[in-house]
Amino acid sequence: MTDHIVEVDDLVVTFGDVRAVDGVSLRIERGSVYGLLGPNGAGKTTLIRVLATLIRPASGSARVAGVDVLAEPTRARAHIGLAGQFAAVDEYQTGRENVRMVGRLYGLSRAEASRRADEVIERIHLQDAADRRVGTYSGGMRRRLDLAASLVGRPQVMFLDEPTTGIDPRSRQDLWALVQDLVDTGTTVLLTTQYLEEVDRLADRIGVIDQGRVISEGTPTELKDRLGAGVVEVGVGDEDREAVIELMSSLGEEAAVWDESRARVCLTARDGSRTLMEVARALDAKGIEPDDIAIHKPTLDDVFLALTGDSPADGSGADDSKGRGRRGRRKVTA
Amino acid sequence: MSSTAAAAAAEVPHIGREHITGRDAVVDALVIARRNLIRVVRLPQLLILSIAQPVMFLVLFNYVFGGAVGQSLPEVVQGKYIIFLLPGLMVQISVFGAGQTALGLTEDLAKGVIERFRSLPMARSAVLAGRSLADLFRNAIVMALMLVIAFLMGFRWQTDLPGFLGGFALVLLFSYTLSWVMATIGLLVKNPEAVQTAIFLPVFPFVFASAVFIPTQTMPGWLQAFANNQPITVIANAIRGLMIGPELLLPGQTVTGQVIMALLWMAGIMAVFAPLAVRLYRRAVL
Repeated sequence: MTDHIVEVDDLVVTFGDVRAVDGVSLRIERGSVYGLLGPNGAGKTTLIRVLATLIRPASGSARVAGVDVLAEPTRARAHIGLAGQFAAVDEYQTGRENVRMVGRLYGLSRAEASRRADEVIERIHLQDAADRRVGTYSGGMRRRLDLAASLVGRPQVMFLDEPTTGIDPRSRQDLWALVQDLVDTGTTVLLTTQYLEEVDRLADRIGVIDQGRVISEGTPTELKDRLGAGVVEVGVGDEDREAVIELMSSLGEEAAVWDESRARVCLTARDGSRTLMEVARALDAKGIEPDDIAIHKPTLDDVFLALTGDSPADGSGADDSKGRGRRGRRKVTA
Repeated sequence: MSSTAAAAAAEVPHIGREHITGRDAVVDALVIARRNLIRVVRLPQLLILSIAQPVMFLVLFNYVFGGAVGQSLPEVVQGKYIIFLLPGLMVQISVFGAGQTALGLTEDLAKGVIERFRSLPMARSAVLAGRSLADLFRNAIVMALMLVIAFLMGFRWQTDLPGFLGGFALVLLFSYTLSWVMATIGLLVKNPEAVQTAIFLPVFPFVFASAVFIPTQTMPGWLQAFANNQPITVIANAIRGLMIGPELLLPGQTVTGQVIMALLWMAGIMAVFAPLAVRLYRRAVL
């Protein structure tokens, strides 16, 4: 029997004429991590806001932990935790005071809130800074504290809206460990992100969302099968371009692509490093000397290119700051 | 991962409450009030500045206008403008002080704090009730200090101590009432910068076309009609009646009558704006 702790059916959220969420249905299994992957403006945050009882949809239904969030929002709130895009912590209170306050607002007694706050602080390894004002914390620490503040109420489902956007790699690792820790203790997590790597690392299932619709859903493996594990890219001069595209296409499962904006021939491959070596050998055999040759992990852009044949619709910062031009790539058939 | 996690999930007792009682609402409001007061204590600049402002008004108005206005005042306060001015200025400061409620709410909204609170199983009224309580407390401190300065400048009540304390209580109550008006404005405007203007626009006509700074007798007839009947004048006159005596009221008015009128105004304002603010809060998103 599958136990779905989040059930969303035909959800539509409109803001004026814009359909921010346009008929989304989702099932999230208890104890799993569901990753919602999409660019800015895809509808990720809006969907989370509905589930967290912050906004009401135009139509559709949503249940969390068996509670209808539209009919009984107060009951639903007892089961959820939300860490939004901002670290919603109070700068003038210490870390411990912040967590305690949230505990009180979950309805804990003063003693219970204190006890739980100490536990949570320990769990996120913030003991040393716990009695300092949050105003002195780094961005990563604030995010961790924000997430931890919700844990004090032992929510069954945690909603994490872009938990690692704008924080340094080290803090990102810490947050990932924290999410893993959460799941190990039975919490279900719904997280949104713009980073493919993040859902790959954390999620049991991934939904790719674009313009308010889930355009693809599956396990990370399924998604990567569609996508390839790596993108091999070769920089060459104009005179060798067609030859290289032809050569690379013959080596891969799919056709190589000319990325106009970066002046690279790109090939998505299931086994990136092996393909990289094959390409290198083949180029060498033909006596073509590339300007450079590299491999990169697929990004959100690559996901969208593979799924829709186009870059994400809204382009503000969807890529890992790789500086790739939007819609700059054309498929070139060799 | 999923199967073991699912087993563990069954054992996690969720400890959030599913229903909010009246007692919960009170506790939640106090938790929020405490949060906001911690800020007042730990950011003393804010308190010092909010005390400096009324003191500046007191000094400027008294020494700039006092000489000219003082002579034309009724006999009981003739030549002693500070005695006439203080009750009025307390009303003005309570209006400005209430504006902090709007500002604080928009800041919380901009930082995502309101969304966090709204996702918690807490009373819907708590964020507003807690903030208005904290603001009341801060305004009480500000006004108490303002009174000390006024005493140094020569203010003396002309009735008795109970009358004086009654007037003080009345102005605090008015400040609390206005916090809900300001909360409504804050939740409508949402932007911390825009709200600074938004709270003063509706306030200025009420504060200046009133008996706050001068008696209304010299205003043109149409303006007098407004000034004498709008809530700021009613409250200011009620406080003057309590602190100084019936001589400062308009012909036919009694102190008791003005106090009742003032209380009715406040009840009316609360009845409209408290539900309105809570309603806006329940839908407030960035």
